Amino acid sequence: MKFSTLLRHIREGALNIVRNGWMSFASIGSIVVSLSILGVFLLLALNVNKLTEQIESQVQIRVFLQLNTEQQQIDEMHNVIGNMEDVSQVTFVSREEGLEILRENLGEDGQDLLEGFDETNNPLPDSFTVEVVNPEEISFVAKKIKAAGEAASPNPLMSVKYGQGTVESLFKVTTAVRNIGLVLVLALGVTAMFLISNTIKMTIFARRREISIMKLVGATNHFIRWPFFIEGALLGIIGSAVSVSILLFGYGQLVQVSQLELGLMMIQLVTLEESGLLVGSLLLGLGTLIGIWGSTISVRKYLKV
Amino acid sequence: MIEMQDIWKTYADGTHALRGVSVLIDRNEFVYLVGPSGAGKSTFMKLIYREEVPTKGQLSVNGFNIGKLKQRKIPYVRRNIGVIFQDYRLLPKLSAYENIAFAMEVIEAPKRLIKKRTMEVLDLVGLKHKHASLPAQLSGGEQQRIAIARAIVNNPSVIVADEPTGNLDPETSWEIMNLLEEINFRGTTIVMATHNKEIVNTMRKRVIAIEDGLIARDQARGEYGYEI
Repeated sequence: MKFSTLLRHIREGALNIVRNGWMSFASIGSIVVSLSILGVFLLLALNVNKLTEQIESQVQIRVFLQLNTEQQQIDEMHNVIGNMEDVSQVTFVSREEGLEILRENLGEDGQDLLEGFDETNNPLPDSFTVEVVNPEEISFVAKKIKAAGEAASPNPLMSVKYGQGTVESLFKVTTAVRNIGLVLVLALGVTAMFLISNTIKMTIFARRREISIMKLVGATNHFIRWPFFIEGALLGIIGSAVSVSILLFGYGQLVQVSQLELGLMMIQLVTLEESGLLVGSLLLGLGTLIGIWGSTISVRKYLKV
Repeated sequence: MIEMQDIWKTYADGTHALRGVSVLIDRNEFVYLVGPSGAGKSTFMKLIYREEVPTKGQLSVNGFNIGKLKQRKIPYVRRNIGVIFQDYRLLPKLSAYENIAFAMEVIEAPKRLIKKRTMEVLDLVGLKHKHASLPAQLSGGEQQRIAIARAIVNNPSVIVADEPTGNLDPETSWEIMNLLEEINFRGTTIVMATHNKEIVNTMRKRVIAIEDGLIARDQARGEYGYEI
């Protein structure tokens, strides 16, 4: 193809959008609406994902040591656990610190309960707090720690706890939430594709006469397809750019306004910087592809003259 | 130029539009195609510009075997054939100039040539001053002139016209006929289907009458031959 012909196709594609004003408006409108809905769910899914990650990362293993365990054995255990592959962090919590933390956690109401306990009669054992790399492997890591304790003699471990049962059901819930989000986003994506390509099909149906005249004066199929291809791509780009702008602007505002209140509840939204590129490039790419796909498929139908 | 040998055309619904037509149309001829509606005139012309393919028989146009033409060769055959319709078939959103230039853009002619040649044919059909008008701003006769300009802009060797005066008043019809005669005089073969008795009887060109899918009459300087 000659360069001047390519320029001609691009010019024609762009001009066609102007010439078919209302039809173009309808196509762009349907792209904006469907992609915006998709985008809202995408942002929602991203936030749910982040929230579940936050919850999951708070899951820890508590390893309680036998009372009167010698310092040397404590250090050995610390090393053994710290060297495990799946462990990201081990913190030693002495029985004094344990009592302090318990006091803090119980707050005002707990003051009475713990009254009378001090260094001399502290009922708490020393312990380790273990954080794991992959929260879903937590029960596996707990078993390994238990085994390590049994291997040493005497066994320095009193108990290994990680919220058995509770953690498993938490993961069930978070996995379900993630999967539902994914299915929803996929379903919306497919719906958007059909909606948009249908609108584009309608605009091309209205122009089948134009196509038949082009064929009559001896245009090759390639020559007819190109401007439609470019027109479809442009419609997609314009539509998705509009919806991305609306979405990200709106989301930015939302993050800003809600920052303080949600922060108090220890909830952090996905920031605009984190989500912008992903949402923007995904919607822009999807919009462009749908635009091209819709117009190419429809033109092919009318080319068989 | 156009050679048909025992051409049959049967449509999917079983109608036999043509039932064994053999005819030879030479370079530079002017041929009227007459006959009742539904006799096969339109099919005859659609075969020439390969909108339809013959069911049986040999058809050659400008040396191309139409029946065996490969799909991707069709555009190149059509570039050598100008087609004119009763309803003009202009693109409503393009100006008169753009409608004509379009036919040249399609064959990827150089830009300078497009401008020069388009103005030339606009001049030939006498509408240079209306080059910027949209089809809706032109009269029926003017629109048909633009359609004719589009048909001849690429210097085709054949023009196929399906009732080009069908929607026009007698005076405008004569203007169109004079234009077509001028184009024929410059060396283009013209095949024109018509129901206009006055035009056929006055011009006295070759007349081919098609009735019921067969050639009923083929006269060198013929007459319309039907009562209206």
